[in-house]
Order: sequence, then structure tokens, then C-alpha cells
Amino acid sequence: MSYTMFRTFQVHPFLLYPTSILKRRNGFLYSTTIPKATQSSQTETKVSTSSQSKNLYKIPKDYEAVIGIETHVQLSTLTKAFCNCPYSYGSFPNSSICPVCMGLPGALPVLNNKVIEFAVKLGLALNCNLAFNSKFDRKQYFYPDLPKGYQISQFDVPIAASGFLDVDIPLEFGGGHKRFGITRVHMEEDAGKLMHTEKGNYSQVDLNRAGVPLLEIVSEPDMRNGIEAAEYAAEIQRLVRYLGVSNGNMQEGSLRCDVNVSVRPIGQSKFGTKVEVKNLNSFSSMSRAIDFEISRQVLLHSQGQEDQIVQETRLWEEGSQRTITMRKKEGLADYRYFPEPDLPSVILSQEYVDGIQTSLPELPEEKRRRYEKMGLGMQDVIFLANDKNIAEFFDATLAKGADAKSAANWIMSDIAAFMKNEKLTINDIKLTPEELSELIASIKGGIISGKIGKEILFELLAKGGSVKEIIEKKDLVQITDPVEIEKMVVKVIEENPKQLEQYRGGKTKLQGYFAGQVMKASKGKANPGLLNKILLEKLNSTT
Amino acid sequence: MIVYIRVGVKLCRFRALDKGDSVTANPWDVSRVPGGSSGGSAAAVSARQCVVSLGSDTGGSVRQPASFCGVVGLKPTYGRVSRFGLMAYASSLDAIGCFGSSVADTGILLHAIAGHDRFDATSSKQLRVLHHVWYKCCKLSNLSLLANGCWQYLEVPNFLSHFDSASSLESKPLKGLRVGLIRETIEDGVDAGVVSAIRAAASHFEELGCSVNEVSLPSFSLGLPAYFVLALSESSSNLSLYDGIRYGNQVHADELDSLYGDSRAKGLGSEVKMRILMGTYALSAGYYDAYYKRAQQVRTIIRNSFKEALNQYDILISPAAPSVAYKIGEKKNDPLAMYAGDIMTGELLRVGHIFEQTLENCRFVPPIVADSTSAPLVNTIVQNIRKLLELNLESEYSIQLNASRIKVLQAQEDIVNSMKEVAAKELLKVAA
Repeated sequence: MSYTMFRTFQVHPFLLYPTSILKRRNGFLYSTTIPKATQSSQTETKVSTSSQSKNLYKIPKDYEAVIGIETHVQLSTLTKAFCNCPYSYGSFPNSSICPVCMGLPGALPVLNNKVIEFAVKLGLALNCNLAFNSKFDRKQYFYPDLPKGYQISQFDVPIAASGFLDVDIPLEFGGGHKRFGITRVHMEEDAGKLMHTEKGNYSQVDLNRAGVPLLEIVSEPDMRNGIEAAEYAAEIQRLVRYLGVSNGNMQEGSLRCDVNVSVRPIGQSKFGTKVEVKNLNSFSSMSRAIDFEISRQVLLHSQGQEDQIVQETRLWEEGSQRTITMRKKEGLADYRYFPEPDLPSVILSQEYVDGIQTSLPELPEEKRRRYEKMGLGMQDVIFLANDKNIAEFFDATLAKGADAKSAANWIMSDIAAFMKNEKLTINDIKLTPEELSELIASIKGGIISGKIGKEILFELLAKGGSVKEIIEKKDLVQITDPVEIEKMVVKVIEENPKQLEQYRGGKTKLQGYFAGQVMKASKGKANPGLLNKILLEKLNSTT
Repeated sequence: MIVYIRVGVKLCRFRALDKGDSVTANPWDVSRVPGGSSGGSAAAVSARQCVVSLGSDTGGSVRQPASFCGVVGLKPTYGRVSRFGLMAYASSLDAIGCFGSSVADTGILLHAIAGHDRFDATSSKQLRVLHHVWYKCCKLSNLSLLANGCWQYLEVPNFLSHFDSASSLESKPLKGLRVGLIRETIEDGVDAGVVSAIRAAASHFEELGCSVNEVSLPSFSLGLPAYFVLALSESSSNLSLYDGIRYGNQVHADELDSLYGDSRAKGLGSEVKMRILMGTYALSAGYYDAYYKRAQQVRTIIRNSFKEALNQYDILISPAAPSVAYKIGEKKNDPLAMYAGDIMTGELLRVGHIFEQTLENCRFVPPIVADSTSAPLVNTIVQNIRKLLELNLESEYSIQLNASRIKVLQAQEDIVNSMKEVAAKELLKVAA
């Protein structure tokens, strides 16, 4: 039944549009890239794609999607892979080049040791088997951004192979723990950048990026929907940032993902025709592109037109939220791989590998399992383990004696909100883990109330300082002496006879008003629990 | 003093031809080619336009012109000299070689350029040498060289200390040296004149005290086809950076593929284009295993057979080329014949040649040049070049020597110089 709905391109009334998964953007902003003639059709397709992009639970039960991802991670070494030019994103075109990375005659590559170190680090973090004797190969093709006419890569002996990656799916998408296989990790060099002009009669080549080391991570086709794919990519980003091998910014191009999508009827072991999708600039666009592509292929299958699905490369268009054919089918490219004669083999020794293994930091997966054991909820676990710096802050706070749940709460709510407002990272705020732990202890010990604690926190975040100092300076110690509180309560009751009558008349909600007045009189220092107890007594007594 | 030398168009292998107008000629007979591809360098040294010069040798590009021009040509072991700055032809076979009019000169030049270079990952770390090295040679005319120098890194064996003056030599200076003559290099296809010259060289060696035997290397003939597959494949890849995008002539075109195709068609010579096409074919999908991979395996077989032979013999000798220098234009229409000329040098693959430095053991220095009156004599020789032509024809059949410990171009030196000695005596008769 749902297939007939597809065919008529009507909005299915029962389809829920999960706004949490797919963030729609105003298509109009992106229409400048689309020629005017198709603007009208663009709005039509927007409506139809909204009906086609379904909630992931509603993918037709007869088909399953098979998704594989190729990720290119740009390594944050000081210099390029084969020469000593530095690299920084956004520098003036062709300002960081030399004969080697330009591919001038007579130039020879010399491998940067850090590339091997980072590759081994990532291979170990992805639980791969390392190749102790690997080599480089030349991948030959002609394109203006490839200065030498070949790319130095690894073909048949990658430095790492056969690993896996564990991810935790976020709760809003169903949660759960998944393991995705990693086929291989290999080292290669990046190509330059082409800048096309408006008129189109010439393009310009910027070779700043040529020769920058990359690690290509190829996954097994284990993902089954857009969410899993996006989470896989996010975990790779987390991992490379944890290890310090890359800054993993999709916007800067230091993390690039291409996805391969195919569908097959459930139960069939043979894979369907696979389609590659490029131009994915963020995790959410990855997820949307995959979902679109799945539904496009399923539609063709259901209409009996599966032969229309050809092995090709498609581009994801952010504006119209669809994939389009990038180029006509060209046949498989022959890259004429052969071993690179200018570079010797890469030989790893067991000591070298062991040294790197011991220097690995605690990986996100391990952190998540540890936090889970501490009793934190998955939501907290995922948040805390997402950023290495936040996790370190959290661990430092715990080390000073705070308990996990309170620390997690403080970090996730008030501190996170502050960071978002001020656009700071956790390393920029003035609050130190020791002070946070002190704050938590003070509240727990009853020295100050929770509300006061929040005020102190704000000051600590903005200006730093220590909890004890602020408490002393502002005289914020909680009043816990019942006699004192009673005095204030009596005073407030005396000052507000009208409200007292109303309360006695039945408006019990006014208790809050009295409590507020007492708090005001005590400058917030009264212990709320005690205050309410005494207040209730006084209000309900007949004097 | 550095002089630019004309080399073969785009590393063309066998003849030093320029783009069109002028042709480099062999100084001994200007109707003949000087050899290739470093023919210009060889011709310059041969005509005494310079003392020493450099060339690049992949499949004999230094040794063959040296042979044709009658000068000393040396191809060091792959990795001994840095390839950084050398326009790459076949990356795993290229080496920069030296030309000189005597072995000692060639040795000095090699010493200056040898050593590890951090910009070349394939250069051997076994020797280190400063990039700029100063040394003084005393009395070049008598060839008893004392090398003074600021050698900063002592790991370089001081080759030049092995040059001794003639007067200090005993009667059989190379006694105990085991010389092997590669049998396959003097069988069919080789000029009779070459064979007789090699036999004469062998007997000269015996006079110097060596023991000369024939050694058979059955895999020798596989060298040429293996070399060609490997060299062409690697060069097709190395030449892909000449695309007209960043430098060179760019031909305007409407599509990217045409831009590449037209620019390269116009800018590259026909011989080079043929090699690129053959190399691309050998590497393409479906043919890689049959050609490139097989050639690498053959290379290993040949290398092992040479290693074995060099265990039994200290030096292996063979002719550098199967014939005398061609006449210009002679072999033009017979490409295979020219490639066949590669047979002698084709087998000189990577480890097959372990040329250590010159003259570690060879101390024979011909009296002619040790004599202080050598300078005017040399001039006389140059002026009487025509008269000497017939006498010196034999010197064109120079010998190519493989050595594991001993640099034996000195043996060539011996032959050439003993012949010059004979020639000088003739001249004296003429002059008197």
C-alpha cells in the first residue's frame, strides 16, 4: 500500500516527519546554485522528498540497505607527507609548495615518519591487524590537481586491515550498541584543489593541499541506515580527535566521507548495485543523503526498474535535498597500480608498535563503558565521552572526590549552557575541576544551598576564583539554625497579614509566596527544607 | 667550470640527437654517433672540451657512449649517488654516471658526488659525504694524486689514496685477482672485432697477474627484455608529470582530455611517446602480472646469478657494446637492431653492478702520462688525430667491467694506454 503512495507523490498523512533526525533548511538560501529554470520544479521535489524521506522505522520491510563508508582523514602533521612544506588550511593559494609536492622534474619523495606513527595509532585504535612490511604504490590518473600524474598510495598491502569500531547510537534514534567492521586503513597523499571561475572558461589549481598526508579508512558494508552511518562517521571523528592525529573538521575538509549505498531484498545474500554518493559536508547531510538514496533505490526496485540503478557516482545537493548523477557511466577506471620505486618499504618492529600501543589514550568506547559502570545514564555517558576535553574535566572533578552523578549534572546543564552562550570551550572557562568538586561538596555538606551554588558557579565560570573565597566574601553560608529561620518567618508573617488571611482562607499556594519573602529577607541563605517546615508550622498554627 | 652538455632528446636512449638542426658527433669520426643517451657528455670529454662530465645511466647510457667515444665511463651502483635533481626515467634503475679521460679523473668525480642524500629516499646510507668537498690534486700530469681535503665525514673510504704512481708498481700488480669473462657476451651477434678486442684485454689481464676464466651466466639474455619492460613501465609513470598544466607548452583545447592529449602529443618526441605507450600497456589491468611482475621476477633471477658469479670471481668483464659506433643514420630504420645494442648493458640491473670505487687495487699507470713531457705529446696526438685513427680504432672496443671490490675500468685504462704507448712509439718514428 505504501508503494502506491510513493507513486502518486502525495504526502502520506500517517508519516511522521521526525524533525529531530532531519533538520530542514530553507531551500531558498541554496537556490542561487540552481539555475532559475528549475526553481519551480525544485519546490515540487522538496515536497515529494519530504514524503519519501521516511522515519527509519518505516523503511519497507522487504528491503534492506547495505551501506559502506570510505573516510579520508587529513593528518595534522607539521609538514606534508613527502616534503617539508607546512600546511595550514585557508592560506593564500600556492604559498606552501616546493618542487617535491609540485611534481617538478627531478624531485623525489621522502616519507615523513609521523605519518607512519599516526597510521599505526589509528590502526591500533581501530583494533586492526598491522602489516609489518607494507609498501607504497602509485595510483596513476590524469587530473590537473594531481601534480605528478600519479598519487602515492597503498594498494595491495595496507598498513592496517581487518578491524572494528564500536559505537553507541544516540538515544533519540533508538540507542543501542553496534559494531562496524573496518576493512582497511592505508596511507596516501592528498591532491591539490581546483578553483573554478564563474564564466567557466578557465580553472585554477592551488597546490597547497597537494602532498598532505591522508589516512583512508574503508569500512565493511555493515551499516543499514543513515543514522548508523552518521554515528559511525561521528565516532571516527571522535577517535581521531582523541588520538590527536587530526582535527577531524568536516568543514575544513580534514574529514571527508563518501558513502556507497545499495539495497537488496531481505534474505538475498547477493549485494545490489552500489551507488557512490559524494559531497557530504556534515553528519546530518550524510544521514539525509543516505536515506534519500535508499528510498530512491527502493522505489525503483518496487517499480520493477532495478536495472535503472547503475553503478555510478552521485552528488548530494544540499539545496534540493536529493542526489543527482555526477557524470555518465565511464566504466571502471584502470589506475595501473605498481609499487612505488622511489620509496623503500615500511617495516615496523614489534617494539615500535608496542610503544605506540602503550601511549594510546583511553579511547571513547572505553570511556563510555567506564562511565556506564559508574551508573550514569546513556545520555550523560554519550555527552561526556564526546569531547576529550570535557571527559578529562569530568575525570579530574571525580578525582577530587565529587560523585559522578552530581558532576555530570553540573557539567551537562549549567556549564554546558554557559559555554554555549559565551561560545567558549571547556578549556577556556575559568572554572577548574577542583573548584567544581569543592562546590559539589559544599552543597552536599549543607554549607550552601543549591540555588546559591548556581550563583557561585556563574561567577566561577566567568571570573574564576575559589568557592571558599566567594562564600566568605559574599557571606553566603546557609542559615540552618531553626531559631533564626523562625525569627524571619515570624517577621514575614507579621508583615503580610493579608496574605496570611488568604492562606488561612484556603489559598495554600501562598506558602510559596511566604517562602519567597523569607528567602528574600535572608538573602537566599535560608535552608529551603528547614524554612518550609517551619513556615508550614507557623502558617498552620493558629497564632 | 660547468658547461651544459647536449643530451639526447628527452632521454632518448641510443643516439644523441638534438631537436632537429644539429647532431652531436663522435669526435673520433664525425660521421659516427657518439652513443646515447649521454653522448654529448662523452663527446665533450673525448674532444677534451672538459676534464670530466656527468651523465645518467639507466640501461647503459653512460657506458655505451663512453665506449663509442673512447673515454672512461662509470656507472655507480644504484643508490651510491643521489638521484635528486635527475629527471627521472626509470626510478629503480637510474644512476648518475661519470665520464673522464682517465680512470683517476672519473674516480675523483665519483667521489665528489657519491654519498647519502636526505632528499633521496633510495640513496644508500652506507656512505656519507659532504656535498661540497675540496681537494687538491698535485701534479695531475703524473697522475700520482694525493688527495688533500676537508673530509668532514670519515665514513667515505678515501678512494684516491689507492692511486699509486707507476714507479711504485711491481711487475704483476693485479696478482691474485680473479677475472671472469662472461661467455654470453662474446657469442653470436657480437662483432668479430669486439670479440678479438676482449680476448686481447683478457690476455692483458693475465699479463698483469690475474687469472682469467670464462664464466657462463645463462640468464644473461633475459636481461634485455626484463630491462625494457621495467624501464618502460617506470618511465611511462615518471613522464606523466609532463602534462603542460604547470609548465611547458599547453595547447588550448575544449575538453580536459584533449588538453592533456594535445599538449603531450606536441611536446614529447616520437621515441618517448612510443616508450610511454609501451610502458602503459605493460602496466595496464590484465597485463601487469604477465609483464611487469614477471620482469621483476626475472630481475631477481639475474641478480642472484650475478651475485653467485661475483662470489667466485672478483671482477666480471664484458664488452660495453657489441659493435663500434654506428654511422649517423645507419641504424635509424632498424629499431630492434639499436635495442639489440643494449644487450651488453641491459643486464646491468640494480645489484648486478656493484662498482666500488675506482682503483682500489689497480696501480698500473702507463709511463706515457707519467712522463713530464706528456703535455706536448698529448697535443701532438690531438693534432695527428687522423693518423692515429686507424691505430686507435681498436680502442673503441672498450671493456665493461663488473667488480665486487675492485674498480676495474683501470683495465680499460691499461688497454687504452698500452695502445697509446704503441702509437706514441710510432709517432716518434714518424717524427724522427
